[in-house]
Amino acid sequence: MKLNLNPKTSITVLLCALTLASALFAGSPVSRKDASSAAPVEHVTDADSMRVAGEQRFRANCGRCHAAPQKFPPRMMATILRHMRVRATITAEDRRLILFYMTQ
Amino acid sequence: MLLLYRGRKTACPRWQGRGLSGLVVFCLLLAQALIAPAKISAQTSDNEKPVPILTGNAGAFDFLTAGHNLIDSQFNPVLLVPLGDRWLVESRVAFEGMFQRPPGGGPYGGPVTKHIDYAQLDYIASPYVTVTGGRFLTPFGIFNERLYPCWIRALQPDPLILPINTVDSDGVMFRGGFPVGASANMNYAAYVSVASTSIGSVDSERHVGGRMGFFFPDPRLEVGGSWQRTLQDARKNAFGFHMGWQPAKAPLNLRAEFARSFEGSGYWVEGAYRLSQAHFWQKAMRRTEVVARLQQFYTGEISPDGAAALGLPGANTREADFGVNYFLRDGLKGIASYGRQFSSAGNANQWSFGFAYRFAVPLGRVGPQS
Repeated sequence: MKLNLNPKTSITVLLCALTLASALFAGSPVSRKDASSAAPVEHVTDADSMRVAGEQRFRANCGRCHAAPQKFPPRMMATILRHMRVRATITAEDRRLILFYMTQ
Repeated sequence: MLLLYRGRKTACPRWQGRGLSGLVVFCLLLAQALIAPAKISAQTSDNEKPVPILTGNAGAFDFLTAGHNLIDSQFNPVLLVPLGDRWLVESRVAFEGMFQRPPGGGPYGGPVTKHIDYAQLDYIASPYVTVTGGRFLTPFGIFNERLYPCWIRALQPDPLILPINTVDSDGVMFRGGFPVGASANMNYAAYVSVASTSIGSVDSERHVGGRMGFFFPDPRLEVGGSWQRTLQDARKNAFGFHMGWQPAKAPLNLRAEFARSFEGSGYWVEGAYRLSQAHFWQKAMRRTEVVARLQQFYTGEISPDGAAALGLPGANTREADFGVNYFLRDGLKGIASYGRQFSSAGNANQWSFGFAYRFAVPLGRVGPQS
């Protein structure tokens, strides 16, 4: 049977598939804790190493668009980084390290 | 020419878009949102629990273009409200006053406009996917989404190609980033705008598109491309490319964009160099940035009047801009620039001077700063 899909239907199907896929990711046992550590790149845990890595990630990600701001309190930085995670599509691992660096 | 693209209007009736597709997706998202958080254990410590904040920027500029003086004042507040561990409500409103003398002389006057740039709900569905619904900035190229705020941009005059395919979107977007191997990160955005609106301070169009980029952390190089298909009127495709490079050994920021659509095409290349490596007047040089931008625009298939309505030049145009930014303190900078525009419609000089300021205040208790 030949399936004819117009462009709108195709887009809808594609978006639905992406949504379901994201739901599967979100609901998997990997979820919260590993949301910040799922990146296969080097996983830094030592405080000094995290600070150095955080500065590198800050310069690499944030420095692409703007100069370094002052350090804000951790609760403000957490909000700003959530915003920037969406806006600048930084990875979860980078967000974790930058938050650590910017709140030390 | 400055910032006029924000006033772009579509030719379609209000809310003409058929929102069925978006409705289906939203239903799925809501279902997912209700299910997924139940499986998430709270991990954020109290002192890192995000708090709502009000941030944004303000600026006052003087643009002198071909002898005509324009005083431009901007206030762009951004509200960020985190909800739980995975949600974020964010919105930016632009208030802008553009004042100039009437042709016959007299006191300065002009409109004060307001515009909702974005009002969106973000859901971080997984480390790799964030779902956005509502009104959002269209991720076509990098300037509109990342570099537009006056405290971020290196030169205050807009790039000539900025109005190309950057009218706001009302719909749904999927975006995210993840490592690709050990030496690159990929970022992506896929979106559909389901509403065509033209209501004063709110305007958008129906379109679908995406952007993909690769960032290489070691050389600090990003390259990427954008695509968009308009789902109304001419139903044309548009595409663009972007790049950014920040070499590790020099305080240089090099960016470029190219865009092509039936409305026109063109490119800009911009370099910003912080004089922190100068061996003289180091205190002042560390705060100083010099900028240069070269750009070119080629007219498309629309009339000069249509181009003007979009904020695009009505004729083929080349432009070179040079500027200086001086960072007075965190979030506050003074700017000055000179540009020369070459066009078959006439050449012109363009000067700009002013200040840009970025602010951020918490809307709740934040505790001590560590």
